[in-house]
Amino acid sequence: MTAAVVRPATPRAAVPRPAVLHPLSRRIMHWLNALAILIMIGSGWRIYDSYPALSIDFGFPPAYTLGGDLSRSEALNNEDGLANALAWHFGAMWLLVINLAVYLIVGFVSGHFRRDFLPLRLSGLIHDFVAALRFRLAHTLGEYNAVQKFFYWGVLFALLVTILSGLSIWKPVQFHELTWLFGGYEFARVVHFFGMCAIAAFIVVHVALALLVPSTIVAMVLGRAPRGHHHSKKKQP
Amino acid sequence: MTRATLERKPLVRGIERRLFLRQTLSLGALVMLGGCDISDQDSVQAVLRAMSRWNDRAQALLFRESRLAPTFAESEAVRDFRYNAYFPVEAVPKLSADDYRLELSGLISDKRPWTLERLHALPQESQVTRHVCVEGWSMIGKWRGTPLGTFLQRVGADLTAKYVGYRCADGYYGSIDMPTALHPQTIMAFGFFDETIPAKYGFPFKIRIPTKLGFKNPKWVTTLYVTNRPTGGFWEDRGYNWFSGL
Repeated sequence: MTAAVVRPATPRAAVPRPAVLHPLSRRIMHWLNALAILIMIGSGWRIYDSYPALSIDFGFPPAYTLGGDLSRSEALNNEDGLANALAWHFGAMWLLVINLAVYLIVGFVSGHFRRDFLPLRLSGLIHDFVAALRFRLAHTLGEYNAVQKFFYWGVLFALLVTILSGLSIWKPVQFHELTWLFGGYEFARVVHFFGMCAIAAFIVVHVALALLVPSTIVAMVLGRAPRGHHHSKKKQP
Repeated sequence: MTRATLERKPLVRGIERRLFLRQTLSLGALVMLGGCDISDQDSVQAVLRAMSRWNDRAQALLFRESRLAPTFAESEAVRDFRYNAYFPVEAVPKLSADDYRLELSGLISDKRPWTLERLHALPQESQVTRHVCVEGWSMIGKWRGTPLGTFLQRVGADLTAKYVGYRCADGYYGSIDMPTALHPQTIMAFGFFDETIPAKYGFPFKIRIPTKLGFKNPKWVTTLYVTNRPTGGFWEDRGYNWFSGL
């Protein structure tokens, strides 16, 4: 090391920029995860329709499923677009699993989970949940309330169950102990289905709340939210 | 409308607008994926095919020859097994037991065709295993037959080759990897329960492979061959994954 490098002071605007809420790595992983989940659910619905796991009479409208045009694959391949949906499903699963694994490792190592998702106490959860039901729960950007923390742990758990039950359906011989753990091949499909339901329910709430506080979306794209754009205000009961 | 007038509106109206926006966005995203569809584009198809080949390799790595498929009690097996093919049951090939010959080709030293009588003289064993269809249904059945590995050894097949291919009386075709062909539970199933396998389940035999999806269990087999060249298959050429291991 030779002489100390003296940086010329960069002239900055008078107003300091807001702090980064989401580092670039987390934003990339968030949107990759969103893409992977969208593909998994869209193709999963088509796969479900091929032979519903539930015994009730329920199917997804083909237009809302992923796997190409039905009449096209009927004409071309004499099959109802299942091949395409499976190709999407088993392609996107790698994106989902690798991205999630990196996210979990980074989350634990960097202290993101400990800092932002903990502590989570039952009393706080009940308090914030009641406040949320009365539309009195404040949203502070960059700070999670107990309900949010609970939902993030919940969706991580749902993802884990859905991925593992999916693995047990994909490989019921190589991983037959896992399949047994999920109640056998047939029941593992049901578990996989309801895991998807839990994730889908999370997405509905997650997206609805993000649209109610749009600065969160700006923060998840740009990393920080411009101050004036944060609509949420602390509400006093 | 100015911002001030918007903010004076009741909160519920604001939420409704946002919910509507959310629904429009998510429906739009799904319709884009499902309806007007990116799935059918050639570039997307190419990526999906490349991922499928990647999955072939990943599944081959996961496969263990010593890993046995779970077996069940005979009481759990279904006699009225689901008939499944790409044509109705009335159209199944009805092969004559006397005229039938199993043709052999490729990397096999003794390529003389086999009569059904000779095939039936081979050692046989039974299995009660779960048949898993790519469509999502599954059913437990009982099959009886000769391990394919025993047969391949008997005819002097090159067991270091990559693939064992099959052609069937109904025009069905395909191949499996050699490790799966040599798996102890991969059998030439001449029997269903304690009877000769009926026409609708694949007479004179189906290759029963409990470590693979149902469509990799060919019925009415007329030719077996050993090769190092990838062969594709009836459903594989229509977009299904080739390895399709369980």
